[in-house]
Amino acid sequence: MIIGETPPPSGAFGVDAVAMTMRFGDFLALDNVELKVRPGSFHALLGENGAGKSTLVKCIMGYYHATEGDIIVGGREQAIANPKNAHALGLGMVYQHFTLVPAMTVAENLVLARDDVPAVVNWPKEMKELEAFLGRMPFRVPLGAKVSDISAGERQKCEILKQLYLKRRFLILDEPTSVLTPAEADEVLGMLREMVVRGELTILMITHKFREVMAFADDVTILRRGKLAGAGKVSELTPDAMARTMIGAEELTVQPPRTGKPGQARLELQKLRALDDTGAVAVHDVSLTVRAGEIVGIAGVSGNGQRQLVEVLAGQREAESGEIRVAGDPYRASREEMRRHKMSLLPEEPLKNACVGGMSVADNIAFRDFDRAPFARGWWLNPRAFRDDARTRIARYKIKTRTPDTPISALSGGNVQRAVLARELGGDVEVLIAANPCFGLDFAAVAQIHAEIMAARNRGAAVLLVSEDLDELLELSDRLVVMFHGEFVYEARTSEADLTVVGRHMAGH
Amino acid sequence: MADGSIGLWTVPLAVLGGAIRVSTPFLFVSLGECITERAGRINLGLEGTLVVGAMSAYGISYLTGSPWLGVLAAGITGALLGALHAGICSLPRVNDVAVGIALMLFGTGLAFYLGKPLIEPTAPRLPAIDFGWWSDIPQVRAALRINVLFLIGVVLAPILYWAFRTTRWGLLIRTAGESSDAARAMGHSVLLIRLRATMAGGFLAGIGGSFLSLFYPGSWNEGLSSGQGITAVALVIFARWDPLLCLWASLAFGGAAALGPALQSVGITSGYHLFNAAPYILTLAIMIITCSPKRTLTGAPAELSITR
Repeated sequence: MIIGETPPPSGAFGVDAVAMTMRFGDFLALDNVELKVRPGSFHALLGENGAGKSTLVKCIMGYYHATEGDIIVGGREQAIANPKNAHALGLGMVYQHFTLVPAMTVAENLVLARDDVPAVVNWPKEMKELEAFLGRMPFRVPLGAKVSDISAGERQKCEILKQLYLKRRFLILDEPTSVLTPAEADEVLGMLREMVVRGELTILMITHKFREVMAFADDVTILRRGKLAGAGKVSELTPDAMARTMIGAEELTVQPPRTGKPGQARLELQKLRALDDTGAVAVHDVSLTVRAGEIVGIAGVSGNGQRQLVEVLAGQREAESGEIRVAGDPYRASREEMRRHKMSLLPEEPLKNACVGGMSVADNIAFRDFDRAPFARGWWLNPRAFRDDARTRIARYKIKTRTPDTPISALSGGNVQRAVLARELGGDVEVLIAANPCFGLDFAAVAQIHAEIMAARNRGAAVLLVSEDLDELLELSDRLVVMFHGEFVYEARTSEADLTVVGRHMAGH
Repeated sequence: MADGSIGLWTVPLAVLGGAIRVSTPFLFVSLGECITERAGRINLGLEGTLVVGAMSAYGISYLTGSPWLGVLAAGITGALLGALHAGICSLPRVNDVAVGIALMLFGTGLAFYLGKPLIEPTAPRLPAIDFGWWSDIPQVRAALRINVLFLIGVVLAPILYWAFRTTRWGLLIRTAGESSDAARAMGHSVLLIRLRATMAGGFLAGIGGSFLSLFYPGSWNEGLSSGQGITAVALVIFARWDPLLCLWASLAFGGAAALGPALQSVGITSGYHLFNAAPYILTLAIMIITCSPKRTLTGAPAELSITR
């Protein structure tokens, strides 16, 4: 071993993780996992939420220190004590949440990321160098624009460019395409793939999209519940085989077939307009009708007004103008109207938008009806009724909680969403509004939620499903609408929708 | 005007002079708070820092005979109080607003306790520069006798504005205030950045305090600060965390505060107390005009506990 060794030579290098074990207290997050990323390859890391993918890459990047196991970088064993060590070795990571500072410009973000930020930044010189750097890169970003003003796709490109700007040659990408349209995803991954083929870069990509694995990855490693479930060359595997390896023997809820024809108009939006938090128009005079027994899917890249639209429907935001009608009656999202029209809501980030984290699972399940019989008599609430009702629903919706009295914030994301499902879909439903209901959930929860939504539709509910996951929309909706810059720019029956046309509209072309 | 009387012109001149005099502590405290808040912390304790600064400046100036050593001492005690605030806030589950209120009470109490023997003696005061030498009208000369600290503050505001954009420290402070995740991902210690920013804020607030005891009103007593520290914190909010706007806002505030005495000097005494309330009315008016329940404040650092 040479003292004061130099960083690995230029060009791509590989990283191996050998016999990695990681314990958090009693919990075994990684159990003797092995990962071999060849130099100059595009490697996919597959697994469900909680399978240990993030833990594994965080061990490689020095955020966590594995209980046991070794990291070998470019053929040499390395003790990576912190992210700075990893960076010095040429390892870089693009996180799922953005690490750019929104209130700063792209150029400021890039320069700031460097280890050697000068005490006084000479902006004209830096800008010239950045321009020259961008000239060599496969995709461009506006340097002078504030990060908060550019699209999610551009931000993701920025994150990747930042790593390349820092001369990282082993990139870990954590679900890099979740905010991109299919076309953008293909563009970004395609260009990274070219750099890999040229031998400039090695890529380890965490993903759950089989399409991207099949199209771009050379090798794949699959984790399940902290263990190595499988690994191999992508060319020798099928998406089905990979899915089976990922899920294991767990039984998934079977989704009921689509039955019945859409009936009368149930939910009508007329020229609805809403502002975002900065006062800009986020929802731009949209009109839409959802009929009973129909799922209308709203597609779009996040940040195109979907959140504000759902907030208006949920009563969390006031509309500027326009009208909402439910079954012909004007609707202003009051509790009384919601009850009368049997409205149900599955908002995104359910722990934040649909639950009170510090209250018990039973209380959270009772929110819709806690003030009426049998839960209340006059002024008095009946806690036993809460708990009894919660027990039935916990069993029926397979919510994993220690007791009905456990605070709901202690549950995993999938179980929080199941508790919300139990509350919102447990009774009769006439109108259901769901926003990214499966975001970040495991296969079992996703299958259950999809089945419940389809069942509600079959029972005659009008369903408005807002989602960033195009596959989910194509699977569930009867009709598809694309939202871009606060407007509905495209509408088609899902059975006739052309994926490339949908993707083009999502990108605003 | 041979008799030196300039009639109603006295009022704007007195307001101008008053604005410069009264705004100085506002300016220093708000610039300090601007640094602290840009790093993602609110330090409400600056009211206490201001009073402690005033007391220590007076004491040191009296003991050493040098008002500038007093200013330095005020800055250092302010920085120490800032370090105390930042230190407590870096513990888990501590709310910076609550700590700030505690330190505000602690600071004023401490200053009154330690400052008891300082009420009697007279300490050397800070110098002022006579910019009105060209005029022989006494009101003009009085208005243009500008204290040195104000001049330093006026230079400091654009320097801070520049520093937030082009220096490594400025960029790091903004990163810590806008996205602690991003700062951490770059391998910086957010707590350390905030500690330094809070200390810098305390340093400036302490200097603001030294102005109170060493220039205007120019003595040490327990009624020295009438909430300037806390008002300056609010000032930062409607200056939208911009040092240059802090300068203008401080001047506007100082001008409003000088309105009552200025009117009194020309003999308008009715509604004296009402005019003295002008700064607070101004605060209310600006708040009502610029704030809306439907939108978030533009320019607010995203990590502040009030915007998160």
